[in-house]
Amino acid sequence: MGNLIFEKVTALEAAKKFKAKFGDLISEPLEFRSETSVQLADAVKIVEVCRYAKNDLDFNYLVDISSLDNYGDDPRWTVVYHLRGLRHGCELRIKTDVGEEKSELPSVIGVWATANWHEREIYDMMGIRFSGHPDLRRILMWEGYPYFPLRKDFPLAGKPSELPGVAFTKLTPMEGGPFVTVAGGYSAQSREPRIRIPETDSIETMGRLERRKEIQEAHGHPKGPGPIEKK
Amino acid sequence: MRTETEIGYNSKIEGDVVVTTVDAALNWFRKNSVWPMPMGLACCAIELMAAGASRFDISRFGSEVMRFSPRQADCMIVAGTVTYKMAFAVKRIWDQMPEPKWCIAMGACASTGGMYRSYAVLQGVDQIVPVDIYVSGCPPRPEAVLDALMKLQNKISKEPVIEKLMIANL
Repeated sequence: MGNLIFEKVTALEAAKKFKAKFGDLISEPLEFRSETSVQLADAVKIVEVCRYAKNDLDFNYLVDISSLDNYGDDPRWTVVYHLRGLRHGCELRIKTDVGEEKSELPSVIGVWATANWHEREIYDMMGIRFSGHPDLRRILMWEGYPYFPLRKDFPLAGKPSELPGVAFTKLTPMEGGPFVTVAGGYSAQSREPRIRIPETDSIETMGRLERRKEIQEAHGHPKGPGPIEKK
Repeated sequence: MRTETEIGYNSKIEGDVVVTTVDAALNWFRKNSVWPMPMGLACCAIELMAAGASRFDISRFGSEVMRFSPRQADCMIVAGTVTYKMAFAVKRIWDQMPEPKWCIAMGACASTGGMYRSYAVLQGVDQIVPVDIYVSGCPPRPEAVLDALMKLQNKISKEPVIEKLMIANL
């Protein structure tokens, strides 16, 4: 049983214990806006690191496993584990890098059983494999879907595919681009989702009349180019 | 007392006999008992349930029961986002419904794919199933669903039933 049951402990202290145990494998804990994270140097060691976190540091709840596509950078994937201790209420984030040629790291299903579906989702969306996973198959898309949709080189509109009898996909008509809102818009009209032009965003947020005239002269409309003619 | 009805029945003059066309009679039977098959896939299903509950009672219009078996239903109300993964299942259910059948696409997602212009969402259920009435809204209010049902009833009342049956049997 964890020896932190009745102690009040902060995430930073737990992270420092973590670093003390594993030395160079774990980076210095970084605390930013009250969230603590550590970087794991070698993805292969993730299982023993997580087992220590669960058994000795009492992080018994795996909140989520998430992945990043660093498209263009060398270790292409970063896998992020969010841990939480339900008894001490501390949260810790562990990040590891995985290279594209390998695209594989050990599964932590032996530590937290809930990792099963999280890892299946990462495999489905990014294509990162987890060794030791008992049932690594797609969870959101269907068996036989040929692409990994959340990779950065996969377009928003999707790619056509066909699996007779199971499912098909088509190219989605984007009509000029994703329609985005401006969160700080001064009126409901200005917050309507449109094809966004960055120069006009400050007008939507601030509503300054002076800039409005400039944009009107440049584009013929006070809010910028219309949806079809994008300058 | 003189009553005015669609079929022009005046009880004082005609007594207890109603004279009408076969088409009008069949269409009247069909439109006043449209039993929906709720294809409730997402949030619109909640509004469909609201339309079926007591405040916005859908059974006032003849849709007495939501028949979950396609074999026993008249109208498939597609309420919610149709993903590509679900598309074949929706088509299979539609194929299992016997004629006469109609389809209402309820909400933005069923009509056109809605806010989900992405790799996983079918951009409108009319890509796989012939839709009669489209309802806009995200989700549409239950009154909008009832309005769609009334428009469907109008559409049914104009259908040339006998002609269609004769063409089908040739």
